[in-house]
Amino acid sequence: MIASFPYLIVGLLFLFGLYAVVFERNLIKIAIGISVIEAATNMFLIVLGYRTGGRIPVFTLAGESKVLVLPTPQALTLTAIVIGMATTALMLSLIMVLYRHYGTLDVREIRRLRG
Amino acid sequence: MNWYDHLPALVLAVPLLGAFGAPVLGLSGRYARNAWFVLISACTAALALLLWQKASMNGVFVYVLGAESWKLALPSGMSLPIRIILEVDSFSALMAVIGSIASFAGTLFSLRFMERFSGLDKFVALYFLLTTGMLGMELTGDLFNFFVFLEIASVASFGLVAFWRDRPEAVEAGFKYMLISTVGALFVLLAVGLFYGRYNAVNMAAVGQMLHLGLPEKAALALLVAALAMKCGSVPMHMWTPDAYAEAPAGVTCLLVAVSQASLYGLFRVCFSIYGMSIGSSVVPWTIIVMGLLSMFIGVTMAVIQKDVKRLMAYHSVSQVGYILLGLGVGLLALKDAKAMADYGFTAIQGGIFHLMNYTMYKGLLFLVAGALAYAAKSRNLNELGGLAHAMPHTTFMFIIAAAAIAGLPPFNGFVSKLLIYESTFAVHPFLPVVAMVTSVLTLASFVKVFQTAFLGPRRSRLAEVEEVPGTMLLGMFSLTLVVLGLSLFPTWSMAHIIEPAAKALVDQAGYIRAVMGGGL
Repeated sequence: MIASFPYLIVGLLFLFGLYAVVFERNLIKIAIGISVIEAATNMFLIVLGYRTGGRIPVFTLAGESKVLVLPTPQALTLTAIVIGMATTALMLSLIMVLYRHYGTLDVREIRRLRG
Repeated sequence: MNWYDHLPALVLAVPLLGAFGAPVLGLSGRYARNAWFVLISACTAALALLLWQKASMNGVFVYVLGAESWKLALPSGMSLPIRIILEVDSFSALMAVIGSIASFAGTLFSLRFMERFSGLDKFVALYFLLTTGMLGMELTGDLFNFFVFLEIASVASFGLVAFWRDRPEAVEAGFKYMLISTVGALFVLLAVGLFYGRYNAVNMAAVGQMLHLGLPEKAALALLVAALAMKCGSVPMHMWTPDAYAEAPAGVTCLLVAVSQASLYGLFRVCFSIYGMSIGSSVVPWTIIVMGLLSMFIGVTMAVIQKDVKRLMAYHSVSQVGYILLGLGVGLLALKDAKAMADYGFTAIQGGIFHLMNYTMYKGLLFLVAGALAYAAKSRNLNELGGLAHAMPHTTFMFIIAAAAIAGLPPFNGFVSKLLIYESTFAVHPFLPVVAMVTSVLTLASFVKVFQTAFLGPRRSRLAEVEEVPGTMLLGMFSLTLVVLGLSLFPTWSMAHIIEPAAKALVDQAGYIRAVMGGGL
C-alpha cells in the first residue's frame, strides 16, 4: 500500500494539471496547469526508478550499499526538465504577445479563428 | 571510416548543422543565407534518398550512436540495448525521403516568399530544426529518443506557426497548437515511463520482444494512440489543424504536412512493431478505423463551406489523414489472421502507405499554390479572387494536377491509392468504402469550386496587376508536381519498388526486433 502512495500523488497531480488546462480561462493559469502536468510526469519517472533504501547511482559514491536507484529514469527526467523549461518559456512569451494583441488573457475573448 | 555506414546519423546531423549554421551564415548577408538554405535542404534530400536506397537493398539495419562500432546493438554480455539506436527499414527510409522532399520544396518556395519579412536567420534555423525533428522521429528506434525529436519538431513548429507575430491570428494559432501538443507530448513521455517501468528498456525492438499485454501496456497504448492521433490532426483532436496550417507561412505548411505524417508513422510503428500480434482484441484497430472515418467525413464537410483558401485545404488535410488511418487500421485489424492478411489486410496497408506518400506530395503542393495565390493576389479569400488563370498559367497548371490527384481522378496517383483502400476495406464492411467514396466526391466538388472561383471567370479590377509568381517559387511547386506526375505515370513501378517493401517492412515485426536483439555483431 505504502509503495503505491507516490503513484497516487503523481496521478492526482496529473489530473489537477489536466483540469486546469481544460477548464481554466486565464492563459497564465493554463500555463501553470501545463507545468503541473510536466512536474507530475517527471515525478512519475523518478518514482519509477526508486528502489527502497537505494543510494545514488554513482558507483564510487554509493558506499557500502548494494542497492542503487536506477540511473536511466533520472537521465530521462533531466532531459524532460530541460525540454519543459524551453516549452514554458516559449509559452509565456506567446502569452505576452497574445496579451499585447488582444489586451486580455481570457481565452473566451481570444477567438478570432473559428469555423 | 566509411561515410556510407554513417548515413542514418548524417541524415540527422546535416539539417542540425544547417539549423545552427544559419544565424552564422546570415551574418554575411542574404545570398549566403539563401545558398545555405538551399544547399543543406538539397543535401538532406540526397542523403535521405541514399538511405532509402540502402534500406531497400539491405533490408532493416541499425545504427548505434556512441558505440565502438556502429552496428554494435548489443554489447557483449548485455541482454538489453543500452545505447540510442537508430533503426532504418524501407518504411522509415521512405518516410524520410517524403519528408525531405517536402522540406526541399518548401525551402525553394520560401526563398522569395519570405523575402519581404525580417528575422529570416531565425526562420531558416527553425525550419531546419523542424526538419531534423521530423527525420529523427522517423529514423529512431528508441522510444525516449522519439519523444525528444517529437518535442524538437513541436517547439520549432510553434515558432514557425507564430512566425508572423504581428498577426494576432498567427499567434493565436501557434498558442493553440502549442497547448494541445505539449499535453500530447507529455502523454508520450508517460507511456515511455510505463514501458520503462515494465521492461527496463526504452528501445522499441527490446520492448516489442518482451511485450505481454497487461494493464500498463494497455494504458501506454491508449496514451500513445491519443497523443499521436492528435499530432497528426485526426478527428476528434483536429481543431489545431486548420488554424496552424492556415496561419503558418506557406513553405512551412508544406513541411508541417510532412511532420504530421511523422506522427502518423510513429503511431503505426507503435501499433505494428511494438505491439504487433499482441495488440489483443480488435478495439484498437476499430478505434483507428472509426477515427479515420470521422476524420474523412467531418474534414471534408467542414472544407466545403470554407472561404479562406488555405483553411479549406487544411480541412482537406484532416479528411485525407482519415484515408490513411482507415487503410492502416484495416491492416492492423487483419494482422492476427494470416488469411485475412493475404486477402485484404496487406492491400489495405499498401493503400495506406501509398496514400500517405501521395497525400504529402499533393497536399504540400496545394498549400504552396495557396501561398502563391496569397503572394500574387494579396488575398486568401475566395470571394476576392477570380480569373487568375491567365495571369498565373503555371500556377494554374500545377493546381489542376494537385487537385485532380487529391480528388482521386484517374490516372493520377490519388486514384491508385484510393482504389486500393476501397477494394480492401470493402472486405471488412461495405460501409467503409462508401464513406470513403462520398468523401472523395465531396473533395472533388470542393476543388472544382476553388478552381472555378479563383482561376476562372472574369478578372476583378483589383487583380488587374497580378503577375505570375517568381521563378524559385515555381521551382518549389514544380519539384512536387514532378513527384506527383512520376507517381501517377508509373504506378506499377512505384507499387513494386517503393510501397510494397515499405508495407512488408511495417508488418515484419520479427525482422524489426531481430535487427536489434539478434546478437551483437
